[in-house]
Amino acid sequence: MTELLAELASGERRPLARLLTRIENGDPSLRPVIPGLFRASKGAHLVGVTGPPGSGKSTLVNALIAGWRRAGKRVGILAVDPSSPYTGGAIMGDRIRMMEHAADRDVFMRSMASRGELGGLAGTTWLAVAALDAAGYDPIVIETVGAGQSEVEIARLAETTVVVEVPEMGDEVQAIKAGLLEVADIIAVNKADRPGADRTARQLRAMLSTAGGRVTRKPPPILLTTATSGEGVVALAEAIEKHRSQAREPAGARERARNQIRRALADLSHSRASGKPGWDEAVEAVAGHELDPLTAAEQLLP
Amino acid sequence: MSNESRTAPIRVLIAKPGLDGHDRGAKVLARGLRDEGFEVIYTGLRQTPEMIADAAEQEDVDVVGMSILSGAHMALLPRVVELCRGRGMDDVLIAAGGIIPDADVVKLKAAGIAEVFGPGTSIGQIATYFREHARRARD
Repeated sequence: MTELLAELASGERRPLARLLTRIENGDPSLRPVIPGLFRASKGAHLVGVTGPPGSGKSTLVNALIAGWRRAGKRVGILAVDPSSPYTGGAIMGDRIRMMEHAADRDVFMRSMASRGELGGLAGTTWLAVAALDAAGYDPIVIETVGAGQSEVEIARLAETTVVVEVPEMGDEVQAIKAGLLEVADIIAVNKADRPGADRTARQLRAMLSTAGGRVTRKPPPILLTTATSGEGVVALAEAIEKHRSQAREPAGARERARNQIRRALADLSHSRASGKPGWDEAVEAVAGHELDPLTAAEQLLP
Repeated sequence: MSNESRTAPIRVLIAKPGLDGHDRGAKVLARGLRDEGFEVIYTGLRQTPEMIADAAEQEDVDVVGMSILSGAHMALLPRVVELCRGRGMDDVLIAAGGIIPDADVVKLKAAGIAEVFGPGTSIGQIATYFREHARRARD
């Protein structure tokens, strides 16, 4: 354990790369080191960047990295792309936009496939983050395509979530649908050199500022960015930094902890129950509509 | 963490070393390998050997596949092998594809390129080769 931590702290990339593979693969031999690894994390600022495909997330992250590097920070990036539910394969192309930092020893970037729901990346992201943190990277960016529940879940692990939108993405109703925008701590309207950027920002602002009822959080700041030219990126980095202290308030930390435990509980009960005798029978019975899934789960619960 | 037994997908880095701007083949291969169940990291055009080795190291890939059409293969491909091995990536399979004369194929293999896939190779053949030769039992 201390050996592993010392290797991570050495700044060498290979031990960290290897450890991330074992985490991704759910290597059971890692189990004993998990508590120490989690405790060894030093509290890096965890920044989620999410948004629809093609909104410019990777290019924006690339621009943010440049700024953080100028400030002397070591940056870790986890770029998550979806796995095919049919073949398990994935194409991860986020590196294309970040290759200028590939040779920088103080930037560590890892592409990860989501590998499906249960036991997939959503269940182990916190551990991958702990590994990067223990290796001294701060901030750590988790980039996900904001397309599904698991991505929203990954975003909820982050302390500061940036949702990247682009001009003219859709009508005003898109902005008030539940989901991605609700998890935003900061909204970046990227590709702001395109027509309609101001209008999109205005619409989002109008929609989000009228939130009431049970919504207690403040509306997120909405910033215009053009990642390719760097326009607005400094202001975005400042907004991220400013949000950090807000995210560190006990209520926020507790909420993230609740999510992490909830996720671990779901994974744990699933992995325990699926190995038990009776699992196959339960699957058959539910498939045949003889048993409902809730009763099956109650029967299988360890 | 789940302790479900499942086979981890093979991770492949697909890179275009050097200056030629034709990545159609590399993209078709990336897509084809995805459909064969591989996790493919595509790094795009105009990569230096250093960038490729750096990416392979961070991504901890099982295979590095390079597509090259420029004719600079003798200058670039052995350098990638050298850099990867120098960083302790001894068990990473390094292969190439593109238009490479037979005489050079012999030299490249001697320099540590495991296989060279010429025009007309099917994605199925490449997938089978990667499955058979990539390191599987890790750690």
